[in-house]
Amino acid sequence: MEQYLTSLFGDPLWVQILMGVPPLVFILVYTLIVLYLEMKVAAHMQDRVAYMRTGWHGTLQPFADMLKLLQKEDTIPAAADKLLFIIAPYVTFSGTYAAFAALPFGSSFVGSNINIGIFYIVAISSLVVVGLLMAGWASNNKWSLFGALRSAAQIVSYEIPSAFAILGVVMVAGTMSLQELSAAQTGGITHWMILGGTLPLTKKLIAIPLMIVLFLVYYVSSMAEVNRTPFDIPEAESELVQGYNTEYSGMKFAIFYLAEYANLFLVSAIATVLFFGGWASPFASLMTGPWWSAFWFVTKGMLFVFLNIWLRWTLPRLRVDQLMYMSWKVLTPFAFACVLGLGLLLVW
Amino acid sequence: MTDTIIAPPKTSTGKSLRTEEMILNMGPQHPSTHGVLRLELVVDGEIVVEVVPHIGYLHRCFEKHCEHMTNYQQVIPYVDRLDYVCAMNNEFAYVVAAERLLKIQVPERVEYIRVIMAELQRIASHLIAVGTYGIDIGAFTPFLYCFRDREKILDLFEMTCGARLLYNYMWIGGLSHDIPTDFVPRAKEFCSYFKAQIRDFNNLLTFNEIFVKRTAHAGILPPEVAVNYACSGPMLRGSGVSWDLRRDDPYSIYNRFEWDVPVGKGERGPVGSCWDRHIVRMREMEQSVRIIEQALAQIPEGDVQSAIPKRIRPNPGEVYARTETPRGELGFYIVSDGTATPYRIKARSPGFVNLSVINEIARGGMIADLVAIIGSIDIVLGEVDR
Repeated sequence: MEQYLTSLFGDPLWVQILMGVPPLVFILVYTLIVLYLEMKVAAHMQDRVAYMRTGWHGTLQPFADMLKLLQKEDTIPAAADKLLFIIAPYVTFSGTYAAFAALPFGSSFVGSNINIGIFYIVAISSLVVVGLLMAGWASNNKWSLFGALRSAAQIVSYEIPSAFAILGVVMVAGTMSLQELSAAQTGGITHWMILGGTLPLTKKLIAIPLMIVLFLVYYVSSMAEVNRTPFDIPEAESELVQGYNTEYSGMKFAIFYLAEYANLFLVSAIATVLFFGGWASPFASLMTGPWWSAFWFVTKGMLFVFLNIWLRWTLPRLRVDQLMYMSWKVLTPFAFACVLGLGLLLVW
Repeated sequence: MTDTIIAPPKTSTGKSLRTEEMILNMGPQHPSTHGVLRLELVVDGEIVVEVVPHIGYLHRCFEKHCEHMTNYQQVIPYVDRLDYVCAMNNEFAYVVAAERLLKIQVPERVEYIRVIMAELQRIASHLIAVGTYGIDIGAFTPFLYCFRDREKILDLFEMTCGARLLYNYMWIGGLSHDIPTDFVPRAKEFCSYFKAQIRDFNNLLTFNEIFVKRTAHAGILPPEVAVNYACSGPMLRGSGVSWDLRRDDPYSIYNRFEWDVPVGKGERGPVGSCWDRHIVRMREMEQSVRIIEQALAQIPEGDVQSAIPKRIRPNPGEVYARTETPRGELGFYIVSDGTATPYRIKARSPGFVNLSVINEIARGGMIADLVAIIGSIDIVLGEVDR
């Protein structure tokens, strides 16, 4: 796609700007869909039907919600730090949006094919926590401050096991580029990283359990990074009354939501790329090609999003110290052991 | 509200960093204070140092109303509104007290229907307690399962007396309506349906690893403290004290049925934890089903209004009668001066007494634990404030 646009416009600046549009469109459309999905999935799990009035089975409800938020008065508390209060949601969202640049949406579309893609995503998505801290601090509300501090502590500690899990995959694949990672996993389900990637068969048998553990570590810590139940401690409705975004309303609140759901897809997509082949088709040479690859990528990503929604409406919430315990004493040692095991396997 | 009765926060000077305790206001508009309860917290980071409950936001002068505006029969709708999630049990307590004052013997059928209604209401009330407890811990789904099942009980009430929340059903000496003809089969159907639901609910929430972790080591209430604070109901039984007024101070016809008093045994942690109180509620629902099934099988024929006095004018005197509501000991102390209006009615409400123990058990825990503790006390502010 990049070559095509370059041939069309010539000027690389325009190409770069245009390349930024599809991820943004994707985020907006996806958020509307996942809002609907979240409510409907939750409702059916809870013996309800959720919205049924707006459009066929309430399909227009997300639009109505969005319009409602756009029309709402945008209040800023009198005691708030105005500048920080206003920019906090945008900082949060730009962190997430920037990370989408390196996501390989298909074999021929990636916003920016940088060779340290995964490293870049891990780094840039940490910007989210800065936004949350700003929001919690600027609101000048004790509950919001609690939420912000909890979220900072949580994201910082869960980045370590998730980075270890990523490291394991990167070691086996030998590349940090997400596009190359996906390309390396083409050729059917047996080439996926969760099944040992392209390692020789004997090594594969040892690698598979390690990879499964790494995947679980990554998935659990990614749930913590996006603040979803059972790790929704920074928001913890019944404790902190929505935490850092208590004081937000209208469009700013909507931006926070957008960032949260975009982040949810981001971590699901990374899990897909790292362990489940990214845009690679599960059938060796069937259903390949640029459009099919985009289909596989989004489908796999959405499957993990669904899994996340499922867990959210099933599990209770951990306590803040139990969360830390889980990160430092369970996930980190396991991830470390797996990385060590994979390293030994590779040099053997 | 500026009546801070907490001393100003202590400032501790460490070696290089100085930390300060913070006063945090929780409620009256907070999702997990279960109504208009306001808690003033002193917190050290996430650790709760001191809890002071402020109550009275829902004070409606219940006792004064009873003394001035009503006669004995007209008190009952007010009693309904004390603890609005278990109105039947409140009515039961009041009519038992009034009947003792008037020395009325009610017909057998009335006693059976009252027990069935009270136990159905106990299940409905415990369903709200455990369901909202799930929300406090962060699990939303069990709450809706609870409300689905509670709906079936409310349907039974509705077909009996037309009301779903505040019934005015038990009258002094009788009942406002007899049960309809298909009540007994439908109640039986509910009992068999509900047993399976309890198992499902336990699998989903009670034995969930995260739920156990959150609750089994939080809010430990030792039995001595529970007794000293006069706690009652699941609060007291959760601490391992086997005390149930239905068995230990029998009223109505509870001594005719075979059932057990579940107590907290500390299966997943120390005795008297939030989890113990939760499991006591779950097991009490099972026992209530047992009582209802026996009562439905034995229920005699008869007229439910035959013993209702035409004119209620008790002799001067006083009476205290107490019953076991889902929250504990609800007692009514009635003083009569021989007129048609009660001279004094005092309600001893379990929620108020149980809430008083909160500072004792929440101190030193985290804010998340405090939320778990409030939920496990299961207060209804209508009854705390009266």
